[in-house]
Amino acid sequence: MELTFGTICGGGLLIIGLFLLYAILTGSRSLRNYVITRLLLVVPMIWVLVTLVFVMMRILPGDPISTRLKPGTDQATLERLRERAGLDRPIHEQYWDYLTDIVRGDLGVSNNVELDRPVTEIIGRRFPATIELVIPSIILMLLFGISSGALSANRHKSTMDYAFRITSVIAYAVPIFWLGLMLQIVFAREFNILPVAQRINPGYVNEFEHRTNFYLIDTLLAGHWKAFGDVLKHLILPTITLTVALVGVFIRLTRSNMVEILQEDYVTASRARGVPERKVVYFHALRNSFIPIMTLIGLQVAVLLAGAVLTETTFSWDGLGKLLRDGIALRDYPVVQGAVVVFAITVGVMSTLTDILYAFIDPRIRF
Amino acid sequence: MSLFQVVPDHSQVNKQEIILSIRDLSVEYQTRRGVLSAIDTLSLDLYKGEVLGLVGESGSGKSTLGKAIMRMIPSPGRITKGQLIFKNQDLMAYDENQMRDVRGKQISMIFQDPMTSLNPVQRIDNHIIEAIRVHEPNISKDEALSRSESLMERLGIGRRRLKEYPHQLSGGMRQRVMIGLALALKANIIIADEATTSLDVIVEAQFLDLLRELKDEFGLTILLVTHNIGIVAELADRVAVMYAGRLAEVANVDELFHNPKHPYTQGLLRSVPNIAMDSQDLYRMDGTPPNLVMPPSGCRFHPRCPHVMDICHQKQPWLVRVDEIGEGDEQVGGYDKHLASCWLHQEYQGATQARRY
Repeated sequence: MELTFGTICGGGLLIIGLFLLYAILTGSRSLRNYVITRLLLVVPMIWVLVTLVFVMMRILPGDPISTRLKPGTDQATLERLRERAGLDRPIHEQYWDYLTDIVRGDLGVSNNVELDRPVTEIIGRRFPATIELVIPSIILMLLFGISSGALSANRHKSTMDYAFRITSVIAYAVPIFWLGLMLQIVFAREFNILPVAQRINPGYVNEFEHRTNFYLIDTLLAGHWKAFGDVLKHLILPTITLTVALVGVFIRLTRSNMVEILQEDYVTASRARGVPERKVVYFHALRNSFIPIMTLIGLQVAVLLAGAVLTETTFSWDGLGKLLRDGIALRDYPVVQGAVVVFAITVGVMSTLTDILYAFIDPRIRF
Repeated sequence: MSLFQVVPDHSQVNKQEIILSIRDLSVEYQTRRGVLSAIDTLSLDLYKGEVLGLVGESGSGKSTLGKAIMRMIPSPGRITKGQLIFKNQDLMAYDENQMRDVRGKQISMIFQDPMTSLNPVQRIDNHIIEAIRVHEPNISKDEALSRSESLMERLGIGRRRLKEYPHQLSGGMRQRVMIGLALALKANIIIADEATTSLDVIVEAQFLDLLRELKDEFGLTILLVTHNIGIVAELADRVAVMYAGRLAEVANVDELFHNPKHPYTQGLLRSVPNIAMDSQDLYRMDGTPPNLVMPPSGCRFHPRCPHVMDICHQKQPWLVRVDEIGEGDEQVGGYDKHLASCWLHQEYQGATQARRY
């Protein structure tokens, strides 16, 4: 089987599906009902979202045709182009066609002449870029957020604790685009050690086959080490930007949970049994503070994707976020709607998944 | 005064061998309003094989004393002076690593609330395995488990139960698990800190029976920290009464209940409700326990004492022997000695008139 974005996505969905199936088959009756309900709820959630986006895009002044053409283009040309895009038809007809198309898996064709491709194809090219940015950010965020939160709690009220607490508030408050710009100025312009923007040096783009559109994987498959290193270099600044934007909440949450848990009776009890302090903190207490962190991860997926829109825009990162932003600017209805559907499915699946993992971490949870 | 049926069992007690000796121990907490003196220069001996009941009101420092023995006073508190002589060694001189060997293996602690004393996401068997392997790292998990299975069976926790999580067990079972954890390590001393407070009366009675059996079976020395006089009467050999961070009275359980010397002990015993008693007769001690940031001068009990004298405001009374052998004898210690710290029972300088009752 050929390795493409499609097969990767399919594989991922298969694993998630098998996990859910496992939960349904082995779990208690209530867990089973919960999983099925959650999955069924994703459908109306997406319907509400696409409807909202459909309406909002049409409330915005201007349409795909007028935003693209030069001011002063004659009315007849505009009408002709609108007719070709189907924009002259009654709005309820457009809505109905749109919904039935989505059900069939057809997200339409971009209204943008430069793209002018089926939206599914564009997403297939752009979504990997977003995933390539988001996954390292999540990993960094969890590693740094949880470890510094735990350290902070362990040295409760120390200078380091205060330093982490202040850092977390600042990180939480800093606007993503501003931070991105500052990083660009410092590391790309002043020190000139990292690239300013984009995913890869344009010179390398045509030197390897774009099979999965994950550039890290593609360059590896092609054995193009120079390009691989270049992709990594391009990843650094956007990843840091996205990580910083989200890490603050995790530091705070981990810290406050740990502080609370370190005062629990069972922590004192295990100390009284002579369990070494390090094991008490990083095994007993940390594992228990994972429970609310798990919930937050599920909730933060949406925030993360929103952050990806800003990060990608700042760094001209050709992902789904930038596609969405450009689509809105050009009133490219199918593209915006398509991107929102993908985001919605991602958030829906991820939050269901974290909720179920939650039950696996905490034996007390029964749905 | 036969409020309580006292059944002391001295058979196991070695009246000569002191297993733990607390000497001049002080614990202070640094608070925003000043230094809180939670325990003030307290000395107490624990004899091998005895059950010593440590009673007092909330805030009297009895739980703090239990934690201090384990050297587990939470910050901002600390032991400011004193010695903890255990098996001829001063625990105060131990470093954290040596102390860890003592905790659990030599001295074990059972806490008030069995509901919260076990890690909710760990199975019971993992608790046991961890406790054993912390002290004997070379033992395999299976070995640790098989070693503790018969013990847990003895405590009424079947093999299947070991695979369950704490929330699947009842309160009584969890408290038995806590005991099992202490026994699995063959601890010499068990500090039971309000260990039955959160159990209902029937489970509590069962638990006390079990504790009594185990004490003889395993030759345990138990420090029973409680505010429940009834439990002390039922289980303890000797009683130490604490008030505001100091010892008010120490005596064997018979002596204390029938011949209390300290006005605080007298009040305490009279304020225990009894079914045969008219509720009108229930004694209510005036006042509240003192603020230990600014403790009363002299005897800390003097603001609430019905027998208060001038000297009580000025000087702290010593803990002295008050039994027949030598009243006023400034000597601490001895298993059978009855001790109290009250000016009613000792010579003092400068007093011209002592009111006696």
